[in-house]
Amino acid sequence: MSKIVRPYGDTQDDGKIQLSFTLPVEWSEAADEAARQLAGKMGFNDVQVVDGRPIATGFSFFVVYASTREGVDVEGIAAPSAGGHAMSMEEVDAYVAEHVGRKIRVAGACIGTDAHTVGIDAILNMKGYKGDYGLERYRMFEAFNLGSQVAPEELVRYTKEHGIDALLASQVVTQKGSDIKNFTRLSELLEAEGLRDRVVLICGGPRVTNRLAGELGYDAGFGRGTLPSAVAAFIAVTLAERLRPRVGAR
Amino acid sequence: MELNIDRERVARCRELASAIVAPVEAFIAAHSTVSVERAVLRLLGVDGVTPDEVPIPNAIVDSLPDHERRRGVALAFGKALAETGLEPAALGEALGLRRCALEQFTHAPEGAARGALGPHVEAALRRIEAQREERARAMARLPQLPPPLLYVIVASGNIYEDRSAAVAAAEAGAQVIAVIRSTGQSLLDFVPFGPTTEGFGGTYATQANFAIMRAALDEAGERLGRYVMLTNYASGLCMPEIAAMAAIERLDMLLNDSMYGILFRDINMKRTFVDQHFSRMLNAYSGIIINTGEDNYLTTADAVDQAPAVLASQFINEEFAHRAGLPDDQIGLGDAYEINPDLEDSFLYQVAQAQLAREIFPHAALKYMPPTKHMTGDVFKGHLIDAMFNLTSVMTGQSIHLCGMLTEAIHTPFLGDRALALENARYIMSTARHLGDEIVLRPGGTIERRASDVLAASESLLRRVSETGLMAAIQSATFADVSRSPDGGRGFEGVFARADGYFNPFEDALRFAVAS
Repeated sequence: MSKIVRPYGDTQDDGKIQLSFTLPVEWSEAADEAARQLAGKMGFNDVQVVDGRPIATGFSFFVVYASTREGVDVEGIAAPSAGGHAMSMEEVDAYVAEHVGRKIRVAGACIGTDAHTVGIDAILNMKGYKGDYGLERYRMFEAFNLGSQVAPEELVRYTKEHGIDALLASQVVTQKGSDIKNFTRLSELLEAEGLRDRVVLICGGPRVTNRLAGELGYDAGFGRGTLPSAVAAFIAVTLAERLRPRVGAR
Repeated sequence: MELNIDRERVARCRELASAIVAPVEAFIAAHSTVSVERAVLRLLGVDGVTPDEVPIPNAIVDSLPDHERRRGVALAFGKALAETGLEPAALGEALGLRRCALEQFTHAPEGAARGALGPHVEAALRRIEAQREERARAMARLPQLPPPLLYVIVASGNIYEDRSAAVAAAEAGAQVIAVIRSTGQSLLDFVPFGPTTEGFGGTYATQANFAIMRAALDEAGERLGRYVMLTNYASGLCMPEIAAMAAIERLDMLLNDSMYGILFRDINMKRTFVDQHFSRMLNAYSGIIINTGEDNYLTTADAVDQAPAVLASQFINEEFAHRAGLPDDQIGLGDAYEINPDLEDSFLYQVAQAQLAREIFPHAALKYMPPTKHMTGDVFKGHLIDAMFNLTSVMTGQSIHLCGMLTEAIHTPFLGDRALALENARYIMSTARHLGDEIVLRPGGTIERRASDVLAASESLLRRVSETGLMAAIQSATFADVSRSPDGGRGFEGVFARADGYFNPFEDALRFAVAS
């Protein structure tokens, strides 16, 4: 079974899309035409430059409507989500008490030179996000928010010294791939120290997806709008699964 | 539009702020830092890097034994000036290349050291004075548009790209350009050297970069017929040095908060208190408007809950600024439009807070920051929230307005994003220019009650802080839910007690100049 879909304007399969962009040219009628041709080269049909105007010397801004013939088969697409274990704070605490049997130690930080702690604070701080309490509030979690601009090396040292079970690395700044470099560095360091299998490793940030996290060797990735309880539930379930065989072996 | 606020309560808040800051000022007067000493050298004209790329001011200050350092670098450097007869820049270079060392120059008496420094201190102050006069002349010739001043950031990492973006933004209506620093620069205990083309999330603040941007904006200002202001960031471990460089290169504003580095960058509080004082003395003399960072309380915690902390911090920042000699019109107290847009009547709360600040600090250059925390990838909604922010700003008579970007949560602004943001602000501020004059706030209504509650809560917060002392209050997480210990954090090792006979020729001269 396949199901091909195209962008929807006001009619099935009309393929309508909207673009806006800046060209480094002085505005003129010819600049509008350049914008139209550019959209044509992108493969769009019925290109209409609905707005074109100068925004600075040597720069023009355009709004374009056009249509595409391209479609995608939505049946063949899977985007694994890490937020699949919906539990409330009380349920997570009860789950941890039963399946882990002790408090889970979680450390989180904004790593590298990134100073944007909005995300990590939303997940860890008592107050939480959108009325969903942060991990500090959980009875069965001990949460350590190391704040901003923490070097991956420092986070690894902290993990070792404090017997951390789950690590949350956050990155907001993505310029020139700095986020990927920092995430990779952290995961490599954990490998090198032999700690990788001991911790639940999670990355987060507005541009992070669970798919990206998988590619980077993380256990999960959480993007924008994530609630603390989703992260807590993932940690609880993953850690419980890891502990299970060991319990059985005794 | 006017709130009926309790003026006696406002006066009590100011008294409490004064009681909070006084003991800290006593600490400041008894200490100096490596960054203060490096700023002294920079003001004298020392610049450049050693063959190992260490900034020469760092190399010189680090070469001093502890007992010499505690008397101030100026004395040791002045002795070397007296004995060698070199100019400060040439002496700095010789020291940087290790052709000589300060410890060789111990023979000159202190009087000779002071005498040798005198003309160079004079020259530095005259140079700053000349920049201040140049700004005044340019602003008279090239008047700015009516307030609020529209402020945008550029942050490509490459100063030459930033220059193009800044000129384009000025053409689109920006009146203030801030070059955001590379993320992490606040934690460097030195100022990088030369023009830079690589940075993350921003561009390094260097003296060469300041000069490149200043020249481009002066040229754009002449062409556009209005002066375009330049801003950078004197937060972090190098506040005094950045202030010195900014004075020399005629920046017009600097981010300079008395507590921001402590709370949000884990910089040692003693270091920050000493550094902010000397940097603000320089700002006062150079005519630079400081911008404080209260917006950060709102981005890291709930904006409704944090409103009293914002106001309390504004009172404390004002008090520190006054004590460094800054007049009200050079004090850009911060606030931000950060209340959750899903909250019913959130616009009323925003208006209450902005109007409250306007009435409590009537002559301050209030700086209003745009929504960031609740901005998502939904650029359409983001543009609408920014419009409400723009409306609040023009209604309540804010002075400096940082334009919100519809792509706030997505990337550092594109050139087109900035143009859209400026269009949004220009449209709203033109269409509602005199709305505030037409409005009478309902006595006892939501806005007035909210403002009154915030003021009352702010007074109790200030009272608690005055009872425990500022350093202890910060330790017990009174501000932004963040706890910092007096001897913890970055840069503590760079704080030292002044010995008897400590000498900082600029401090004495600035205190005299500001007082007169």
